[in-house]
Amino acid sequence: MQLSTPARILGGTIGLGAVLGAPAIALANPGTMDVTITIPRLKVAEYHKPYVAIWVEKTGARAKTVAVWYDYDMKANEGTKWLRDVRQWWRAAGRSMTFPANGITGATRAPGTHKISFTRAQLGAAAPGQYVLVVEAAREVGGRELLRVPFAWPAKPGAGGRTAGTSELGAVSVAFR
Amino acid sequence: MKTHIWGFAAAAALAAAVAVPASAHRQWMLPSSTVLSGDDVWVTVDAAISNDLFYFEHHPMRLDALKAWAPDGTEAAIENQATGRYRSTFDVHLTKKGTWRIASVSDGVMGSYDLNGKTERLPRGTTTANLSERIPAGATNVRTAEASNRNEIFVTVGEPTTTLFQPTGKGIELVPVTHPNDLIAGEAATFQFLLDGKPAAGLPVTVIPGGIRYRDQLGQMDLQTGADGKVEVNWTGPGLYWVNVTTPRAVREEGGAAPAAPQRRASYVTTLEVLAP
Repeated sequence: MQLSTPARILGGTIGLGAVLGAPAIALANPGTMDVTITIPRLKVAEYHKPYVAIWVEKTGARAKTVAVWYDYDMKANEGTKWLRDVRQWWRAAGRSMTFPANGITGATRAPGTHKISFTRAQLGAAAPGQYVLVVEAAREVGGRELLRVPFAWPAKPGAGGRTAGTSELGAVSVAFR
Repeated sequence: MKTHIWGFAAAAALAAAVAVPASAHRQWMLPSSTVLSGDDVWVTVDAAISNDLFYFEHHPMRLDALKAWAPDGTEAAIENQATGRYRSTFDVHLTKKGTWRIASVSDGVMGSYDLNGKTERLPRGTTTANLSERIPAGATNVRTAEASNRNEIFVTVGEPTTTLFQPTGKGIELVPVTHPNDLIAGEAATFQFLLDGKPAAGLPVTVIPGGIRYRDQLGQMDLQTGADGKVEVNWTGPGLYWVNVTTPRAVREEGGAAPAAPQRRASYVTTLEVLAP
């Protein structure tokens, strides 16, 4: 998982593009997906940052979890007790995983916009075809929401799909570079 | 013929005493969760006999025959048992990942015999093991029916497993086609039911959604197992469901004599949780 470190890998190989200041356009065959997720600010008496799972679905393949934000640092791993509340992800992938999951486990995020980047390999998108990025958020004493953003690989550089939630998630968008 | 009628009545009365009540009262166990995550996982279960599902408002369920099994089939401890006015409650510490079974299983023999011109019932607590010593010398016209009753629930930590669905070959048992802890509204579920270890065709299957208190219609689904013992259930929505499978009850034909008591009676109860998609 690369956190807001754009094109560290690509930067080395396509230095020219970076120098020209237009790496996304210069890159014909993107290798990285940037996911932007907005966690809405809610006016509630008791607010807990949501648990968020991000995974990739492809027809006929096992769901591939790329990130899970949860209370990973509680004593005795107690934060895992509520992972099943991210219930579609739990059924699709979470229940067969062990936690903490290397490269996948992360801390919960505060309201605001978060960018997280994944390589094509991290997304399990080596094979060309149609994929769906799924983002599911579940909040303690709150609700749950799930959003899907379809994408294809090979991807075109630049902005990809975009969608927005109405309760537990704000805008979710993807871009390729 | 008269004794025959009486024999059936006696058997029915005993069935009510031994078995899951044959009347509208429903026996159930209700786990705090069926799908669980985490490293130190517990489940608390309420157990009761009531009309409405799942409200404890009539009788607590007796816990005498209660046992729990870990996913690998080893027996696990029932902790913090208590029986109150309307419900029993207990905990199980789910120390291993996989699917656990919590079950109350009872087997009994009911029936009657004639001795010195009088018909006597077999006492409560008669089993196949002690049947011979409970029938006195000189008894004639011995009629017996074996009853097996199973009330069980499943809870899963992490990924559902199927290790403990190995049938015992006694009574009615559930074999998952759809795993009982992998149920989602909008997806039909299929279960196979065995009677004494063999797929049981034509068993009545009753499915009732919980939350009866807050609606007018019972919403009961009356299903039946097919030739292979399988039944498909189409959930009406997310929530808890009470499932009851029994051997068919003897039906008196109009104008006909009372039917003979069946030789084999069995009942199965489980509570299933159907999650929202």
